Amino acid sequence: MSFINYSSREINCKIVYYGPGLCGKTTNLQYIYQKTSPDARGKMVSLATETERTLFFDFLPLSMGEVHGFKARFHLYTVPGQVFYDASRKLILKGVDGVVFVADSQVERMEANMESLDNLRENLEEQGYDLDQLPYVVQYNKQDLPNAAPMDELSKLLNLTAVPEFSAVATTGDGVFGTLKAVAKLVMMDLRKRK
Amino acid sequence: MEVLYEEEYRAIQEVVERLCRDANSKAVLLIDKNGQEIASSGEIENIDTTSLSSLTAGNVAATGGIARLLAEKEFTGQFHEGEHTNVHISIVAQRVILLVLFDQRTSLGLVRLRVKKASKDIQDVLDSMANKSEQAKPSIFEEITDEDIDNLFNDD
Ligand SMILES: Nc1nc2c(ncn2[C@@H]2O[C@H](COP(=O)(O)OP(=O)(O)OP(=O)(O)O)[C@@H](O)[C@H]2O)c(=O)[nH]1
Ligand SMILES: [Mg+2]
Repeated sequence: MSFINYSSREINCKIVYYGPGLCGKTTNLQYIYQKTSPDARGKMVSLATETERTLFFDFLPLSMGEVHGFKARFHLYTVPGQVFYDASRKLILKGVDGVVFVADSQVERMEANMESLDNLRENLEEQGYDLDQLPYVVQYNKQDLPNAAPMDELSKLLNLTAVPEFSAVATTGDGVFGTLKAVAKLVMMDLRKRK
Repeated sequence: MEVLYEEEYRAIQEVVERLCRDANSKAVLLIDKNGQEIASSGEIENIDTTSLSSLTAGNVAATGGIARLLAEKEFTGQFHEGEHTNVHISIVAQRVILLVLFDQRTSLGLVRLRVKKASKDIQDVLDSMANKSEQAKPSIFEEITDEDIDNLFNDD
């Protein structure tokens, strides 16, 4: 839930990166961390297993400029994608203001993508959110791989509601900031609508 | 959307400062359940309070998840003992988290006692906040245009 502090003049919002295991959620945050100047970001916190799989969440606080003297701060979280971490995913979705669904473009991951998307919808509903009402964008990651499905095919399967979509290669940063800015913008628009 | 106005902020900050002093603790942090820092007091210069807030909220969320699995009501508090710093975590009014860092200059008993009193004071402020937000309040969003939002992200 966004948190507006009139005393410190800050608007704080929470954005969650969701998607199947190994789709590249953590890599998105790592790239953002590397490319942001130290005064605009805090430490990146990763609760991961020894094999670098997200165990609970990654967290990256980010400042993205000012509106009318208020600092816009975004708290970026990733969920653990592995199926059996569902209880943790539910906890991280609490208070979410915007969602990025990161899909793995590889053909053989299509079923995992669809399952994860269903899981996102269900977990949101359980907490009284409707994905169709939330600021929400889709990213097709790993477009560099030879077995990556083309965008229009991915779109047909994973973006039925035609939200903003981005092709990406998170390891090189392609599409990473485009995705972030799009969701951040939707979050700000949504806040204004709800004011 | 949660909104904290100057007046409530000052009231909360005062409670947090008093708790830090009266419990003889190193530092006190008030955190919302989503991991955002609301107020802090004490020796926090060398602490990354943003990360601490997020991790504490994650911890409380996980513990709450465990409680639900066991059909327990939410656990009311946690205590972690370290070599130099001890941590006391409690939930206030089911909405915010009070984190107290302390060392051998004080005792768990005193911290618990002061936390109890501070929790009540914080609850009072939160209640009056809830009443107020029923009334219409000025919003910065009234002045924000599409252009302002575009400009936010056009830094490169
Ligand atoms: N080729 C290629 N590899 C990528 C890309 N994005 C991420 N990877 C690799 O995919 C692997 C998994 O990436 P992570 O970011 O850890 O995946 P995750 O979604 O956080 O996975 P979980 O934490 O298990 O949910 C890593 O080895 C990354 O380097 C990409 O765009 N292209
Ligand atoms: Mg990860």
